[in-house]
Amino acid sequence: MKRSTLFKVAIESILKNKLRTLLTMLGIVIGVGAVIVMVAVGQGARSQIAAQIASLGTNMLVITPGSSAQGGVSQGAATFNRLTISDVEKLMREGTTASLVSPVVVTRTQAIGGGTNWRTSVNGVSVDFQTIRAWPVAEGGFFTDQDVRTSRKVAVLGSTVANNLYPGEDAVGQMIQLRDVPFEIIGVLTTKGQTASGTDQDDVVIIPYTTAQTKLSGHTFISQIVVGTQSSSEIPAATDEIRAIMRESHRLAPADADDFTVRNQSDLTAAATGTTDVMSTLLASIAAISLLVGGIGIMNIMLVSVTERTREIGIRMSLGARGRDVLTQFLVESVVMSLVGGVIGILIGVAGAAILGKTMGWHTEVSTQAVMIAVAFSAAVGIFFGFHPARKASGLDPIQALRHE
Amino acid sequence: MSIPPVIRTEGLTRTYDAGRNAVHALRQVNLTIERGEMVAVMGASGSGKSTMMNILGCLDTPTAGTYWLDGERVDGLDRDARADIRNRKIGFVFQGFNLLSRTSAIDNVELPLLYDHSGRHLDTQALAAAALARVGLSDRADHHPSELSGGQQQRVAIARALVTEPALILADEPTGNLDSRTSVEVMALFQELNEQGVTIVLVTHEPDIARYAGRIVEMRDGRILRDEPVSNRHDARADLRALGTAVEEAAV
Ligand SMILES: Nc1ncnc2c1ncn2[C@@H]1O[C@H](COP(=O)(O)OP(=O)(O)O)[C@@H](O)[C@H]1O
Ligand SMILES: [Mg+2]
Repeated sequence: MKRSTLFKVAIESILKNKLRTLLTMLGIVIGVGAVIVMVAVGQGARSQIAAQIASLGTNMLVITPGSSAQGGVSQGAATFNRLTISDVEKLMREGTTASLVSPVVVTRTQAIGGGTNWRTSVNGVSVDFQTIRAWPVAEGGFFTDQDVRTSRKVAVLGSTVANNLYPGEDAVGQMIQLRDVPFEIIGVLTTKGQTASGTDQDDVVIIPYTTAQTKLSGHTFISQIVVGTQSSSEIPAATDEIRAIMRESHRLAPADADDFTVRNQSDLTAAATGTTDVMSTLLASIAAISLLVGGIGIMNIMLVSVTERTREIGIRMSLGARGRDVLTQFLVESVVMSLVGGVIGILIGVAGAAILGKTMGWHTEVSTQAVMIAVAFSAAVGIFFGFHPARKASGLDPIQALRHE
Repeated sequence: MSIPPVIRTEGLTRTYDAGRNAVHALRQVNLTIERGEMVAVMGASGSGKSTMMNILGCLDTPTAGTYWLDGERVDGLDRDARADIRNRKIGFVFQGFNLLSRTSAIDNVELPLLYDHSGRHLDTQALAAAALARVGLSDRADHHPSELSGGQQQRVAIARALVTEPALILADEPTGNLDSRTSVEVMALFQELNEQGVTIVLVTHEPDIARYAGRIVEMRDGRILRDEPVSNRHDARADLRALGTAVEEAAV
């Protein structure tokens, strides 16, 4: 039989029994739809977390007090507040690959301005901070090295603080009071959004670290030192360099363990995406199982259909159909049904992912890779699970098949 | 060179392996049927008629013996070769019509042409339409089997058997599912085709049907008991006309 006629015969046969076709395709439709939705959810979560982490700055290293071996927990008075301004200054002087350095001097206080007040975190940093965190200003500007040297009382507001103190107004040029000290607002930062752990990154006031240490009364401490490199490939070298400088600065003997921890963003990224990878894999496996069940459904209905169509097969054989003609007809039927089911499944999956994204507020991402895999898988399911029934049909004895029923 | 007979068998034997005791369904059958003959095979149930038809139709292979179909030896052919022989040389007509449901009359008739491997049939729809015209069903081409009477379905089946211009039409009890008038109609069609040169072998256990053939082969226990020409061959069209007047007289 000619290939085109074979297709015609198979397609006609599919169209002639719509209920049977629908039932056969249902498993594949659900399976492929589930794969698309679940991969979209997993992929969406993954790239959202990756984007959040990237928003922290990708070429950034973070030095925190306490050794990682002790889980970062301070060990009494001896290990208390281990990061000092002399650490920062030594890193600034001696760092080469660690070219950008900024302390983060943290104070929590009330910010008073615009006739109201807002409790927030005041971070004293160097000029490099803006580059390390890759955080441009939305309005106004950032402070300069000159401002840091002279401990000027200037502040750059995170967008949350600006919106709360000066809603609908231009905050730049206004004054705010931090611990009774008046600061001039010279800029407002762009919105970064929440961190992966849900902290609002924009709920912050940024001032020169010198100002934080000398002009603000009360307790201040260096919660971390952030360091930036020119490219992510320099991160390992920079880590080694930072460790050497910090050990020297803390006068640690060769046998002593580090009393600080250096982390980079790729560690954090790996940790976070690792979790979502596990989730994606889990979701994809569940979906793959449903695809497999769909395939078994196809085989089941194809087998029933071979029995039901035994006489038809006998008639075709008596008219001159070879075993291979019957085999191909059944295989083509099964593959066409799986593929059509796959395409419907993709449409439903894409729609489902969009609906989930809308109603649940989840970030979903339909990847072309998942779509291609789903199509390939459904064709494979059609061939694999269609083959057994098709071979059974092609091996029937025409006399017995004609006598069936 | 003389024209070979359509069917020639020598010592045709078929033994079924039914458990402990084998069933000898055909025993050493020698049969020759010439081109243009119309032969009725008769015999009691279980005498081996269907077994012989299956072998003559290349649906089954003999246990022993030789079989030449249209000059070609076919008793030892494999499955695929037999499928091709059935497609090119044989047209089947069954008792139960065996049309594909959900498929129009013309598409049913077209079906054998689709399984032709030689690619000699170009416009298969036109050939199918011509075959339907030969059985007088052009106006039912798009009807499905369920929309046709038994007699009409059997005529579609005959058109399907004719469409490939086979050397032989084999019909196993073609009137078995039809009432007597429709049976005569179908036999009239067979006689008409036979007059056009089509070789026909049909199985029947009704003597009234067998006498429309030109020759009767009677079987018993897998052997040919009797093989002779029909002396008073009936003309089905004349019988139909007579039936028509009888019906008209009855209506008066
Ligand atoms: N597939 C088979 N297996 C075993 N025995 C069979 C089979 N087909 C037919 N027979 C036996 O062969 C004999 C001839 O049967 P068959 O050719 O069908 O006769 P008929 O058509 O004249 O009634 C019977 O005894 C029948 O029981
Ligand atoms: Mg029989």
